Amino acid sequence: MGLLDQRFENGGVIITKVDDLLNWARLSSMWPMTFGLACCAIEFMSTGTTVYDMDRFGMAPRSSPRQADVMIVAGTVTFKMADRIKRLYEQMAEPRYVISMGSCSNCGGPYWQHGYHVVKGVDRIIPVDVYVPGCPPRPEALIGGFLKLQEKIRNETLMTPKAIERLLEKGKQHA
Amino acid sequence: MPTDSIQYKFKANNLVDSEPNKLREDGLRAEEMIINLGPQHPSTHGVLRLEVLMDGEIIKEVVPHLGYLHRCFEKHAESVPYNQVIPYVDRMDYVASMNSEHAYAMGVERMLGIADQLPKRVEYIRVLVAELNRIASHFIAIGTYGMDIGAFTPFFWVMRDREHILRLLEWTCGARLLYNYIWIGGLYYDIPVGFEDRCEEFIKYIKPKLSELETVLIENEIFVQRTANVGVLPLDLAINYGVTGPMLRGSGLRFDLRKVDGYSVYPELDFNIPIGEGIKGTVGDCWDRVWVRMQEIHESTKIIEQCLEKLQKEHKRTKEFDPQALVPKKIRPQAQDFYVRAENPKGELGFFFRADGKSDIPFRCKARACSFSNLSVLPEISRGVLVADLIAIIGSIDVVMGEVDR
Amino acid sequence: MNDFSKKESNMLDFQQLIEIVKALSNDLRIDEKTSPKAIIVPASALNKICQELYQNPSTYFDMLSCLTGIDNGVEVNTMEVVYNLYSIPFNHHVMLKVILLRENPEIDSISEIWRTANWHEREAFDMYGIKFIGHPDLRRILLPADWVGHPLKKDYVHEEYYRDVKVEY
Repeated sequence: MGLLDQRFENGGVIITKVDDLLNWARLSSMWPMTFGLACCAIEFMSTGTTVYDMDRFGMAPRSSPRQADVMIVAGTVTFKMADRIKRLYEQMAEPRYVISMGSCSNCGGPYWQHGYHVVKGVDRIIPVDVYVPGCPPRPEALIGGFLKLQEKIRNETLMTPKAIERLLEKGKQHA
Repeated sequence: MPTDSIQYKFKANNLVDSEPNKLREDGLRAEEMIINLGPQHPSTHGVLRLEVLMDGEIIKEVVPHLGYLHRCFEKHAESVPYNQVIPYVDRMDYVASMNSEHAYAMGVERMLGIADQLPKRVEYIRVLVAELNRIASHFIAIGTYGMDIGAFTPFFWVMRDREHILRLLEWTCGARLLYNYIWIGGLYYDIPVGFEDRCEEFIKYIKPKLSELETVLIENEIFVQRTANVGVLPLDLAINYGVTGPMLRGSGLRFDLRKVDGYSVYPELDFNIPIGEGIKGTVGDCWDRVWVRMQEIHESTKIIEQCLEKLQKEHKRTKEFDPQALVPKKIRPQAQDFYVRAENPKGELGFFFRADGKSDIPFRCKARACSFSNLSVLPEISRGVLVADLIAIIGSIDVVMGEVDR
Repeated sequence: MNDFSKKESNMLDFQQLIEIVKALSNDLRIDEKTSPKAIIVPASALNKICQELYQNPSTYFDMLSCLTGIDNGVEVNTMEVVYNLYSIPFNHHVMLKVILLRENPEIDSISEIWRTANWHEREAFDMYGIKFIGHPDLRRILLPADWVGHPLKKDYVHEEYYRDVKVEY
């Protein structure tokens, strides 16, 4: 879609799709909820500081789930914490996304074999959009995860499948 | 969003069943209330839940709830061989992994009897990376403490300086945070060519930054007002509760395992032990503990300078030096019980081993974590303080939940 | 008094320590292969011995470093609790071991003498099921309150599902 301000020479009028506009607004200001559990939280904090600045992507950490868009599950998920994760996820307002950071929340990580108290992957509790591998992932890897989430949001559409089905029906009738 | 892998089913009683509250709500007066500082909170100390009984703003009782990060370290240590436990040891105290590995490797080497055969160069490199990691850990402690109090700028300064340490350590062993570098019987790899010069540059760079940090945060009038005379920990209470490390030294006892036990090459190095003297208030308050940590960073820079000198002059790198020369192929200590302890940045990290002499898997390996005992003193020192002071006290204890819950 | 870089000259010999403990209970065994050296005491005399070691001016063990539970397995059929004591002024260590039976292990709590034992005993109860008589607040500390079983026992098998989530990989 290009940078918005370069289109203003045409007299301040932009012609675009509502889909593109909303998606662009959503992906440019994803506010993550500070949900650091373990070692990956330290790398998440490093991503937010001056060296690997997260704020240039529009990410401003918010502590309350009600004010957040994306939940970055950074660290090992245990059974005791599983109930609380579900409650926090339900408190987020839609549209909400989940990034699973680190191998502990992807699949249980180094504790997969003998960890009786470790949930083998946070996707057994909440639905996940992007998985970022690493133990812990470098801050650049986490930023790569953000960019992948932004790509995913760019391809979203407001139209429900039923509307698309009806369009296709009409198209078939006219054809 | 794929939802076919979800197995969890929510029931309303789940939260109360898994961690019931200890304080009862019946029998409270009208102005008393029970507040829950839940496992997810804006401060950066990890998943700690506090149940607080308050009379208005004054705290009457605090009940900590742990276990939200219990990752079964001791079960893993009973299932994998001695050298494969080292990555799990890393992840216990994840901001100071080199120190934890050092303690563990020292313990197993003493059990095997090869502890005094290690080449001096290996010992000096171990002390060098351990002290670098001590600086990094204290940086996080001071930076996040400032952030809890409300000072955001020192946090960013401290993380920027810490990045230099992490890059140095990444150059050495390949990982930024969880290293798996100190192996039983030696090291994974020698330090790279040119590391000593870069490290000296770093020390020259960091010294003015430390005095900047002191001016902005530690000597700051607002910080002093918020932390002096708050959370005073008397010395006999500290020893009875098993508190060690900067918390114990902040209460006035000059007790440091690097001097008392004299393990590794610390007896050959020259450094002081700072203690809290009650400069801004009482001995043993929060400000003293932060001040002790700040002074320990200065002492660590002294130790690093001495190590670098020794590594460049007396124990220079040679072509024949192999850091893995003494790493045993099969680690099978004789049947014994062994307790080893070392000075982590947060306190005394101890490992209790029981080897049964028949296999290369430990029969029992218990980690005596410093943050576990340090945190147990929280209900005692936070009676009668205001809520904002409770946050200041937790920050000065410097907990890492990976160690508390193991 | 505040400088501990030198070892104190009136350190207690291990033999003298054994004499002090023997005065309270004759049923002792010594284990010299461990580090620090260990005294195996019966469970009934534990409280008396700990009080004496804490208050005697020539021993003064003021810090309990570590409290460990050990499960020796189903064939040997015993459980142990190991106490690591350390004296800051005199700089000496001692290890006390107590051997219990594997079914219904019970032992006196020493959390009034050293308050660090409060949480350590709760952890031993959580992981092994050892009951500490006289403990002010014995409940699980690391695992959820409705977890079934004591995980560090050698014959522990975890449940299939907890909250309907599969525990295995």
